Amino acid sequence: MALPFALLSQVNVTQVSFKPVADSGLLVVFADALSDAAHEAVLALDRTLSADMPNGVTELVPALVNLMVIFDPIQTDHVAVQRAVEERLGNLLHKSAAAESHTVDVCYETPFAPDLDSAAQATGLSQEAVINAHLGGDYRVLMFGFAPGYGYLGGVADAIQVPRKTAAVPNVPAGSVMIAGPQCLITTLKMPTGWTVIGRSPTPVLTQNETAPILFKVGDNVRFNRISAAEYDRLARGGTQ
Amino acid sequence: MTQAGLKVTFAGPLVSLQDAGRAGGLRYGVSPSGPMDRLAFAAAHAALGNPAGGTAIEVSLGGLSVTCADAPVTLAITGGDFVVDLNGVTSGSWQVMTLLPNDRLTIRAGATGSWAYVAVAGEIAAKTWMGSTAHHSMTHLGADAIASGTTITIDDAQVRSNRIGNLAPPVQDTNDNVRVVMGPQDHHFNPTSVETFLGSHYKVAPAYDRMGMRLDGETLDLLGALSIPSEPVLRGAVQVAGNGVPTVLLADHQSTGGYPKIATVLACDTDRLTQFRAGDPVSFTAILPEEAIKIARNAAQNQIEYLETLNVIRGSLEERLMRENLIHGHLPED
Repeated sequence: MALPFALLSQVNVTQVSFKPVADSGLLVVFADALSDAAHEAVLALDRTLSADMPNGVTELVPALVNLMVIFDPIQTDHVAVQRAVEERLGNLLHKSAAAESHTVDVCYETPFAPDLDSAAQATGLSQEAVINAHLGGDYRVLMFGFAPGYGYLGGVADAIQVPRKTAAVPNVPAGSVMIAGPQCLITTLKMPTGWTVIGRSPTPVLTQNETAPILFKVGDNVRFNRISAAEYDRLARGGTQ
Repeated sequence: MTQAGLKVTFAGPLVSLQDAGRAGGLRYGVSPSGPMDRLAFAAAHAALGNPAGGTAIEVSLGGLSVTCADAPVTLAITGGDFVVDLNGVTSGSWQVMTLLPNDRLTIRAGATGSWAYVAVAGEIAAKTWMGSTAHHSMTHLGADAIASGTTITIDDAQVRSNRIGNLAPPVQDTNDNVRVVMGPQDHHFNPTSVETFLGSHYKVAPAYDRMGMRLDGETLDLLGALSIPSEPVLRGAVQVAGNGVPTVLLADHQSTGGYPKIATVLACDTDRLTQFRAGDPVSFTAILPEEAIKIARNAAQNQIEYLETLNVIRGSLEERLMRENLIHGHLPED
């Protein structure tokens, strides 16, 4: 939240590139490699376009270093959309008034944390120190990808950044809280993954609430709250689906 | 309000309820879903005079058998060239018919095509999620799955006798060629790979579902691009995995992908492509983005005109008997 202006000023808008995507998309690329400045620019362009959607633009999809602008080819075309984006690049909205903060409960106990011990060994920390480092992070939703509600959270402490496993583990349950490199993720469906599973959350990211179907949005802040296995059981039973 | 039921006695894999799809969800990781062949889906609704975009049944190659219960209902069957079996009498897809209680309807794979659509005169009851009933194959969000033993409930079931008759399928290219705009990551491939991609005849691999269509054929060399930052993808993207095998992403595609996309298929050709089957040849022609826009606008205009030709009163029973000479379908006694 404190970063935007300084980082945005580092983005050279003349280096932004545009790639047409079939007949209905324009990919706006701020950088080829991950950088905080490029991501900040993605969020700022997303905010700016959302506040004043160019004619014919139907959907915006922010990612780490690029933003997909989806449009209706009956109403507009790649050239007009690119022009509309370029006009706004010089005057991006820096601050997000709409960013919200969310607290996600997580239980770090057996059997919900199968990789906690290996994370401790890999980092040279105690299990308790890994948990505390995870709890101490201020996370931010960088992007969604892969599956509904799969929010990639940036902000994993350096001390507990671990690489992906060399082979994926099958059938990792929904609600798993897992880390890989600088990112953390709360899974929303059972799936194979090579990420390190350090806990389980009873907090549903897919809310079943028609007006707010996903718990958080890109740019929101997330903190984790430690709960016991007994609390997990109570919350997992208590009307959360 | 009259309620009819379609009791499912058999449903193949991937038979599902789909409406026009889930717009606006990609930023939350939610794919658009909706019909694989959007034109055939739209045709089914137009043939009945329905509003566009309502919930319909998408039938896969696995087929579907239902028994009508409680009340008669008129329905339209479109898409591909499927076999339609009504109480043991067979005909083809692309027709409007009325089912009476206890009628048994089976739709199964025919000569060509991978997806058929059944729209109804009435409203199919289905759960919505994020504003859409479209069933998402990976998560089962949206409408409940269709399986043997379930019942598809139709609210406000109606008989529209004057809609009954055969439907003309859309006039479409029948060759194996689909048009693409190169990119957005064609620069991650060496020029030889781009030539290979555009010069090859691929075959549709058996691994074909609502998420994507894998292609068998010459593999493509990536220029060390396996670590590109994940980025949003659109339906029609031709994603190339680390093993060099291209996959065309379809209705239930992942919202982002970390593999480079060498090209993206035009929306109108994506619909046609979904009707291909495993083993069918596929080749790609690159066009410029500005041509893609012209093609999209032409296709939209052609679709409007085509749907108008379907959205007509097909006449009284007597007129239909004269015209169709009772060769087709099951006619209720009005």
